[in-house]
Amino acid sequence: MNVIYFAWVRERIGLPQETVETDAATVNDLIAELRLREERYAAAFEDISALRVALDQELSDFDASLSGVREVAFFPPMTGG
Amino acid sequence: MTVRVQAEFFDAGAELNSFAQDRTDVGAVVSFTGVVRDTKGDLEEMLIEHYPGMTQSAIAKIAEEAVSRWALADVLVIHRYGPLKPGEPIMMVATASAHRAAAFEAADFLMDYLKSRAPFWKKEVTAQGASWVEAKDADEDALKRW
Repeated sequence: MNVIYFAWVRERIGLPQETVETDAATVNDLIAELRLREERYAAAFEDISALRVALDQELSDFDASLSGVREVAFFPPMTGG
Repeated sequence: MTVRVQAEFFDAGAELNSFAQDRTDVGAVVSFTGVVRDTKGDLEEMLIEHYPGMTQSAIAKIAEEAVSRWALADVLVIHRYGPLKPGEPIMMVATASAHRAAAFEAADFLMDYLKSRAPFWKKEVTAQGASWVEAKDADEDALKRW
């Protein structure tokens, strides 16, 4: 699936998006996998309460299923307006 | 209903003049314009990042929610992204209704939701460096009003 990062999450991980091969059932499972990759991922996902997630361009929850999901985006709380 | 996500400058006055001008059932037009503010006198620019695949649809959903809650004749939302200078307009909303209460409330609702639910992230760039603008708890709390 396509995983996208925005704002400081993108900066901390060091890339805007990547293709991730995973069998993770939920967003939390995906995060657990990413954390184990490298220190920069562990740093970006250190505090989940500081993050938001969107599945296929819809805001979602960390316990949501990834079944059928093609795009996951991680970002800090939005600051529009 | 019009939703525009763009890098280009927009003229809030011109937008407002042409908004809902062909409607004769409108008795009230309310607008809000958000402007890049230099809080400490050292802001070089405001960088606004967004999620291109999601921004337009997320804003449209918020605008549709406003239309379903209030009797609105029309809604306009413009939001910019990219590098902006202090004093430049970031975004605007306008609402048109038969009476002012609906137009005011809907504009207030739109602003609260755009602040916390439209996928934009602001970064302030100064001579000392750059830092991401943090979302405020008060902004999230504001959604509970609705």
